[in-house]
Amino acid sequence: MSVGGRLDLKHGRVDMTHGGGGRAMARLIDGVFRDAFANPRLAAGNDAAAFDWPGGRTVMTTDSYVVSPLAFPGGDIGALAVNGTVNDLATAGAVPVYLSAGFVLEEGLPLAALCGYVHSMARAAEAAGVEIVTGDTKVVERGKADGLYINTAGIGRVPDGVGPSCDRARPGDKLLVSGPLGDHGVAILSARADLALDAGIVSDTAALNGLVAEMVAAAPDVRVLRDLTRGGLAAACNELAQASGVGMTLDQAALPVRREVAAACEVLGLDPVHVANEGRLLAIAAPGDADALLAAMRAHPLGREAALVGEVTDDDRRLVEMRTAFGGRRLVDWLNGEQLPRIC
Amino acid sequence: MKWTQEFRDGSLAQGLAEALAAEADPDRRYAFMEFCGGHTHALYEHGLLDLLPGNLRMVHGPGCPVCVLPIGRLEQAIDLAKRPGVTLCAYGDVLRVPASKGRSLQSARAEGAEVRMITSALEAVALARQQPEREVVLFAIGFETTTPPTALAVEQAAGEGLANFSVLCNHVLTPAAMRRILAGTEGAGTREVAIDGLVGPGHVSTVIGTQPYETFARDFGCPVAVAGFEPLDLLQAILMLLRQVNAGRAAVELQYGRAVRPEGNRTALDLMARVFALRDRFEWRGLGEVPQSALTLAEAYAGFDAERRFDLPEAQVQDNPACICGDVLRGAADPPDCKLFASACTPDRPLGSCMVSPEGACAAHYAYRRFDARREAAAP
Repeated sequence: MSVGGRLDLKHGRVDMTHGGGGRAMARLIDGVFRDAFANPRLAAGNDAAAFDWPGGRTVMTTDSYVVSPLAFPGGDIGALAVNGTVNDLATAGAVPVYLSAGFVLEEGLPLAALCGYVHSMARAAEAAGVEIVTGDTKVVERGKADGLYINTAGIGRVPDGVGPSCDRARPGDKLLVSGPLGDHGVAILSARADLALDAGIVSDTAALNGLVAEMVAAAPDVRVLRDLTRGGLAAACNELAQASGVGMTLDQAALPVRREVAAACEVLGLDPVHVANEGRLLAIAAPGDADALLAAMRAHPLGREAALVGEVTDDDRRLVEMRTAFGGRRLVDWLNGEQLPRIC
Repeated sequence: MKWTQEFRDGSLAQGLAEALAAEADPDRRYAFMEFCGGHTHALYEHGLLDLLPGNLRMVHGPGCPVCVLPIGRLEQAIDLAKRPGVTLCAYGDVLRVPASKGRSLQSARAEGAEVRMITSALEAVALARQQPEREVVLFAIGFETTTPPTALAVEQAAGEGLANFSVLCNHVLTPAAMRRILAGTEGAGTREVAIDGLVGPGHVSTVIGTQPYETFARDFGCPVAVAGFEPLDLLQAILMLLRQVNAGRAAVELQYGRAVRPEGNRTALDLMARVFALRDRFEWRGLGEVPQSALTLAEAYAGFDAERRFDLPEAQVQDNPACICGDVLRGAADPPDCKLFASACTPDRPLGSCMVSPEGACAAHYAYRRFDARREAAAP
């Protein structure tokens, strides 16, 4: 389908007609989205994508992206919107297959900027091996949104015999993280104009489904997988301890944190275990699986700096503790209040 | 990470822990107070309490600005923020402190009051400059560390002739609070808490120096060690106190020599002296009315004093009767001694001010150490 008339992608801006359901909207969908996400299901032009789906365990998820600023060192809202949803599927042990994409555009957003983010989504989808098969566009008046919000939903297939779940951690299990903590949060902070901080850190945003595929091949019975987003490792551990009815102990000296991130956290009074990530995961595995899992993680480009960081304990109070670098003990609590708004 | 990693060396910490164990006399008990909330936080965050001998107890002091602010002063700020045309500027922690009837600056903001969170006093001056039609009030709290920035803001506003800027001043003085704790609330000899030594505050001392503490060593026989905020700083300062006690000495020693000069920072002290005057008395949460313990604006800057510019009735508001923040702030109780601790009072829904700021003893104990049940028997 093609609608006549030109869309000025170089100098044009989103206006209210682009969400009005008329010709201008059709032009926008045609000129911006359909080309970038090119695939037969989207090209069919129906309101709903149609596809055949083999039986078996299936997972579905959705997430909205409101990050500010829209572009930051190492990524942008487009890459985040694909990777974040792919990672929610991947950490369910699934092979991500299809995504949807809903856009809320603010009147006045330059079309060139929109195209940039949409192409970033397309590249991220291609890298992750997923297709964006259906979508939606809305426009709101200037001042009613902050440039661009994106929602993506995703659907994936779980291989037989794989079933990580947040309630499966057992005392004695090992905790592994896939790489350095806090890169995304510090990258966003350094991109905020009001914080004069140049840490030289780029976001870790990445699709983790390739890494997860290697991990479940090496240890199909991996107990828990969780991508580390808002609230960082601390929030993930506390959520999982609650869900599984266990405690956890982290080893501070074993936590991978880049020097620059540690320095930025020091200045800002943050703890790297609370800082957000967008391309890191926590895995919990039975003691007998831990070595094989760690080796598989380190063999993948996104897990090269993976580390064994602690273990699951028997604690009916479900507390997450840390052995400090000095040989003392402390808790690793949830974050109180809000550390950083609109991190993803 | 220069200047931090050197002070976080695990093997050096173990060496200090061994020195502490060797120095501590097993036949006696020691109680040292870390006055400053920053030190309280560091002790908890790094798990340092586990490195101390079993017969050495750290008593948490009142050096947390948000914690010692009486509810009545907070009520004044909330009432002021709700007036039309007023923008109230406050540091982040104070926004969440509960006042009476569940009110806070944060809830006032949600109801439409113009409350701005700032990270520097000069932001309030800039706001007054940008919004000449509004009354911009800086809700100034804190010890001598945050006082010079407030003074600078007042001088800058005066220099620019910003008639719409004022300060609701709650700045308090460290030595006066230390004296109250060592002398007892009813006068000398009624000290509630047996304190064998004081870990002196690091940041405050960069401003006031170490001389104001001499009286505590001389007149109260209390050893003082002024410490930095890194783990090794604290362990070393505690060792210095332990050695003084064992030798029967009481002196003011400076562990934080890389930042503190005994005479303090002359520029900052002169600035404070120009802009502020001593109040006769001031109410502290936990310590009650303490004479000559707080500052107000000097006559020369009376026009910038929000208490004089606005008619602010002084509210006397009682704390929640079950909350023992007052005892915690005097070192007379530990956080888990409170019935509300971690049950009705948590960092998400704080009832007492000690649960709000990360420097508050209750918040630190909750965040880092609530695996510890009620404290072991208090020092004799």
